[in-house]
Amino acid sequence: MQTGNLLLLLIVMVALAYYLGHQRSLALARPLGGIRHLHSLPFYYAMRAALWCALPALLILGGWLAFDDTIIRQTVMQGLPEALRPDSDGARGLLLSQIQNVASGALSPESVDPAIAAAAERLNNLRTTSAMALTVVVIAVGLVGAAWGWVKIAPQLRARQQVESILRVIFMLCATVAILTTVGILMSVLFESIRFFQKVSPAEFLFGLQWSPQTALRADQVASSGAFGAIPLFVGTLLISTIALLVAVPIGLMSAIYLAEYAPPKVRSVAKPMLEILAGVPTVVYGFFAALTVAPFIRGVGESIGLDVASESALAAGLVMGVMIIPFVSSLSDDVITAVPQVMRDGSLGLGATRSETIRKVVFPAALPGIMGGILLAASRAIGETMIVVMAAGLAANLTANPLDAVTTVTVQIVTLLTGDQEFDSAKTLAAFALGLMLFLTTLCLNILALHIVKKYREQYE
Amino acid sequence: MSKTTEQVRKSLARRYRAERRFRAYGIISIAIGLAALAILFTDIIGKGHSAFFEHYVKLDITFNEQTLDIENAGDPEQLNYGNYDGIVREALKARFPGVTERLQVRELSALMSIGAGYELRDLLRENPEWLGTTQTLWLLADDDVDLFLKAGEKGREDSRMSVEQKAWITELEAAGDTERRFNASFFSSGDSREPELAGIWSAVVGSFFTMLVTLCLSFPIGVAAAIYLEEFAPRNRFTDFIEVNINNLAAVPSIIFGLLGLAIFINLFGVPRSVPVLGGLVLTLMTLPTIIITSRASIKTVPPSIREAAMGLGASRMQVVLHHVLPLALPGMLTGAIIGMAQALGETAPLLLIGMVAFIVDIPTGPLDASTVLPVQIYLWADSPEQSFVAMTSAAIMVLLAFLIAMNTLAVVLRKRLERRW
Amino acid sequence: MDTAEKLDKNASGRNHAEEPMIDLEEQPMQETRYPEHTVGTPFVDDPKMRLRDVDVFYGDNQAIHKVSLDIGKNEVVALIGPSGCGKSTFLRSLNRMNDTIDICRVTGELFLEDQDLYDPKMDVVELRARVGMVFQKPNPFPKSIYDNVAYGPRLHGLANKKYELDEIVETSLRKAGLWDEVKDRLHAPGTGLSGGQQQRLCIARTIAVSPEVVLMDEPCSALDPIATAKIEELIDELTESYTIAIVTHSMQQAARVSNRTAYFHLGRLIEVNDTETVFTKPEHELTEAYITGRFG
Repeated sequence: MQTGNLLLLLIVMVALAYYLGHQRSLALARPLGGIRHLHSLPFYYAMRAALWCALPALLILGGWLAFDDTIIRQTVMQGLPEALRPDSDGARGLLLSQIQNVASGALSPESVDPAIAAAAERLNNLRTTSAMALTVVVIAVGLVGAAWGWVKIAPQLRARQQVESILRVIFMLCATVAILTTVGILMSVLFESIRFFQKVSPAEFLFGLQWSPQTALRADQVASSGAFGAIPLFVGTLLISTIALLVAVPIGLMSAIYLAEYAPPKVRSVAKPMLEILAGVPTVVYGFFAALTVAPFIRGVGESIGLDVASESALAAGLVMGVMIIPFVSSLSDDVITAVPQVMRDGSLGLGATRSETIRKVVFPAALPGIMGGILLAASRAIGETMIVVMAAGLAANLTANPLDAVTTVTVQIVTLLTGDQEFDSAKTLAAFALGLMLFLTTLCLNILALHIVKKYREQYE
Repeated sequence: MSKTTEQVRKSLARRYRAERRFRAYGIISIAIGLAALAILFTDIIGKGHSAFFEHYVKLDITFNEQTLDIENAGDPEQLNYGNYDGIVREALKARFPGVTERLQVRELSALMSIGAGYELRDLLRENPEWLGTTQTLWLLADDDVDLFLKAGEKGREDSRMSVEQKAWITELEAAGDTERRFNASFFSSGDSREPELAGIWSAVVGSFFTMLVTLCLSFPIGVAAAIYLEEFAPRNRFTDFIEVNINNLAAVPSIIFGLLGLAIFINLFGVPRSVPVLGGLVLTLMTLPTIIITSRASIKTVPPSIREAAMGLGASRMQVVLHHVLPLALPGMLTGAIIGMAQALGETAPLLLIGMVAFIVDIPTGPLDASTVLPVQIYLWADSPEQSFVAMTSAAIMVLLAFLIAMNTLAVVLRKRLERRW
Repeated sequence: MDTAEKLDKNASGRNHAEEPMIDLEEQPMQETRYPEHTVGTPFVDDPKMRLRDVDVFYGDNQAIHKVSLDIGKNEVVALIGPSGCGKSTFLRSLNRMNDTIDICRVTGELFLEDQDLYDPKMDVVELRARVGMVFQKPNPFPKSIYDNVAYGPRLHGLANKKYELDEIVETSLRKAGLWDEVKDRLHAPGTGLSGGQQQRLCIARTIAVSPEVVLMDEPCSALDPIATAKIEELIDELTESYTIAIVTHSMQQAARVSNRTAYFHLGRLIEVNDTETVFTKPEHELTEAYITGRFG
C-alpha cells in the first residue's frame, strides 16, 4: 500500500478510536449517574484512545520510512558476489546507481552483468516486501493501540492527566526540533568534512592558494589531482561582504538615526515600511538585478573612464548585496537607538547640545554595543548570502582584492559543486561540505557573539 | 554678557552647519535606500511587462493531406505524427512566393514558433473536417519575431535575425497580419526551451505544494514549540540551550539548510530528490525559528490576568493554554506564519542543493512529483542565453513579488483586524 | 532646527496682554476657589527671569494657565504643588526643553534678563547653555566621570587647552561636592557611581557650562535621605553664584532650601510668597490645604 493511502487509513482508524472511546466513556458514565462521576471529561478518554491508536503506529511508520531504503540498499550490496564488491566509495556509488537503474527499468537487465540484474531484482523484491510488511505492521499496531486505549477506559482512569502529559511531551519534542536541526546541520557538514579531510589535508584546504576542484572519479585517471586551497574563496567572500557592509552600514545606520531622531511621524510611517520592502525582496531577484542591470552598468561606467572591469565584478555583487542588507542594519539600529532612554537625550540637550551633537556624542556611543551586534548579524548575512553571488559573481577563484575583478565565494562554490548529478563521494562534492562547515562555524560564531552583545545591551536599559 | 554666552555665540554658526550636514546625511541615506527600491522595481517592470504579451501572425493554412501525411483526421495515431511544420512552411512560402532557396526557406519557417505546429494539431483534432481545406488562422510567432515586433527602432537594428527575415516581418506587420495578444500560456504552461512556449504554471504549482508541506509542518510544530517554551519549560540550562539554538538558526545562512537536506534527508533517509515534500521539509526547518519567535512574542502579549482567571476556576495548566492563551495568541501566530511562508516562498539557495533545479515541463500533480518552484524557475531562466528569457524572468519576478506583497498585506491586515489591544 | 521654528511660529502669535493687576482685597475666593490672580508677591525688582501670562498646551490640552512669576537674581525659588499640577512642565518651558515634545506649545512672555526666550532670534542652544537643567532621575552619560563634566565645555568650546578643561572639571566637581569622592577615579564610568553621586555629577555637569540659571526638576526624588541632604547642602552653596528654580514634591525640602516658594494647583499659580510666609501663614486657602496635608 502507498504511504499516502496508509496515512489516510490511519487517520480513519484514529477517528474511529476517538468515536468509540467517547461512546464507551458515556456508556460507563450512564449507570453512575452522568459524566460528572467520571474522573475526566469524555473528551479525554476519547483523546487517550485516539493517541494510543495514532502515536505508536506513526512512530513505526516514520522510523520505517526513514531507514528502510538505506537498509535495503545495504542488504543488496552485501548480497553481491565477492568479485563485484566495490573497493572504493566512488565505485560503490556507481554500482548502486547502476543497480537502481536496472531496478527502475531505465536500463534493461540484459545489458548488464547477470549478478547486477539479480541484485536489481532482489532490490525490487525487498522493496515490495518492505512496503507490504509496513502496511501490515502499522495497521496491526494501530488496532492494538486503539483496543488497549478503549479497554482501559474506566471511571477512575486519570485520562486528563495522561493526555495532558502526552501533549506536553509532544510540545517539548517540537521545541527540541531546533536542537535536532543544529545537530543535523553539524552532523551533515562534519561527517562529510572528515571524509574530505582524509583525502585533502586540512592545512592545504585552509591555507592553500589554489582552488580548482576538478578531480577525476578514479585515481588512475589523468589529471586526477584537484587543488583545494580555499584561501581565494575566503578572500572573495570577504571582499564582497566588505563591499556590502560598506554600502549597508553607513546608509542603514544614518537612515535609522534620521528615522528615529529627526523624521516627523508621518515621514517615519511611510519611509520605514518602504525601506523594509527591500528586505522582503527574494534574493534571487537581487541576483537577477545584479547580473543583468548593475554589472553591465558598472562595466559600462568603468569602460567609459578607461577601467577594465570584469563582467562579473565583485563590486556589482557587493553593491546589490549592500542594498539588500540596508533594511536589516537600519531596523536593528532603529531598535537599539530607540532603546536609549530619553533622559539621556534630555541631559545633553539641557546642557545646550544641538541634536546632532546629542546623537553623535551621547546616543550613538550609548547605542554602540547594540549597533555592533547588528552589524555582526549583517556580516553573517552577507557571508552566507548565496543567490546574489551565484548569479552575479564569477566562478573563477581569483586571489585578488580588486573589487573590479571577478571573484568567487564560498557559497558560490558550494552551489556549483553540488548542483547537477554529482557523485556523492568524490573529493569535489565532499569539498562543498567542508566549505559548508567553514561557513556554518563562521556564521555561528558571529551570530552567537552578536546575539550575546544585543542581549546584554537590552538588559542594560530594561 | 558672560563668558559662556560669548563663547557659545562664537561656536554657533559652525555647530549649526554641522547640524545641517548631519541631517542631510540622514536624508540622503533614506533617499538612496528608496531610490534603490524604485530603480529595482522600475527595472524589473520595465524589462518584464512585455512578456505578458506575445505576437501572432495571420497565415492561410492549407491542411494538405499529402504534406501532413494524414488520411483520416479521426485517427489519433495519425494526428500525432502529422507534419504540421510542413504545412506552416508551405503557408509561409505561399505568403512570400519569391522565396525558394533552401536556406532562405529555413529562415522563413524560423519565423513561426514550433508551438504553431502543436496548435494546428489540436485544431485539427477538434475540427477533423478541416482536412483538405484552407483556413485563415492566427499562429504564434517565434520569440525572435516577437522581440523584433516589440522593439523600437534601435532594438530592431540590433535584432539577431537576418536582413531578409526583418524584411518579411516588416511586410507582415505593414499588411496588418501581425497581432499582439495577451500571453495566456505564460500563466498556464510549464517550462520550455522555447521562450514563447514557456510558462510559470508548473513552477507555481510546485511552489504551492512546497508551501503546503512547509505550512502543514512548520505551523503546528512552531506553535507547539512556542507554547512549550513560554508556558511549560522550566528555566534551566536545557531550555536556555533550546533558545540559543532557535536564535542562532534564525540567522544561519539558508544554504546550510540545503546541505542538511542533501546529507540527512536524501542520503540518510532516502527521500527522493526534487520533490515538494523534500523542499517543504528543508524550508520547514528554515522557517521554524521565525515562526517560533513570533509565536512566542504573540503568547507574551496575552495578559496574565486571563491565565489567572481560568486557573482560578480550576482549569489545568494545559486547559488554560489550549482554551484561553492559544485562541487569543492565534492571530499573532498566523501573522508570523504568513511572514515565515513569504520568506520560504522567495527562498532559492537550499532548493538548488536538493535537486529542485530540474527542467520541469509537466505540471506536478502532487507533493511527490518532481517539480521546481517559482524562485528557482527565475534562477533557471535568468541563466538562459535567449534574449526573450530576460523579459520572461522579469515577468516571473513580477508574479513572485505580487504573491509576496499579497501575503505581507494579508499579514498586516490580519494583525490590524484580529489583534487585541489590552 | 525644525521644532525651534515651529515654536517660534507659536511665539509670534503670543498674547501681548497687559500685565495683570494684582489686587488681593478683591479675590472672589468663595466662588471659584481659584484666585483670579496669583496671591502674594510673584514679582521682584530687577528679576533674572521675568515670566508673564505663560500658557503651555499639549495639543489641545492646556497644562499651564496664565502663570506670571519673577525669578530674582541669586535666589532659590521652589515650585511646589500636588502631582500633575504642571510645575515640571512650567520649569521645562524655562529653557525650552519642551521643544523636544512635538505637540507642546508655549505662549506668553518669557524673558531672561532682557531677552525673549521664544524670540525667533533667540538660539535654543545658547539659551540652554545659560539656563542649565538637572533632571528628576540622575542621567549621567555612559562615559567617564571626567567626560561627563567636560561634555558641556567641550561642546561650547569653553576651554582651549587641556589644562583649562581640567580646571573647569575640577572646579565643577568641587562645587558639586564630589571632587574628594571621585578625584582618584575620574576616568571610571559615571554610571558606576551611587545614585546620589550620580545626581551630584549631573549638577557638576550642569554648572561646568557656567549657566546663569539652574533649573532643577525634583532632583532628589530618586535619592535616599542622606544623598538628599547632601544635594540640599549643595543647593545652598550654589545660591552664591547661581539663580535656581527647583521643583520639589517635598514641602520640607522647599522649606529648607528656598527663599521664595510658588504653589501650583492644576496648572495655575496660586500663591507666591517668602518661603516662611507660605509655610507659616499661607494667604490662599488652597495653599493652606496643601501644606497642611489635606491633599497631596
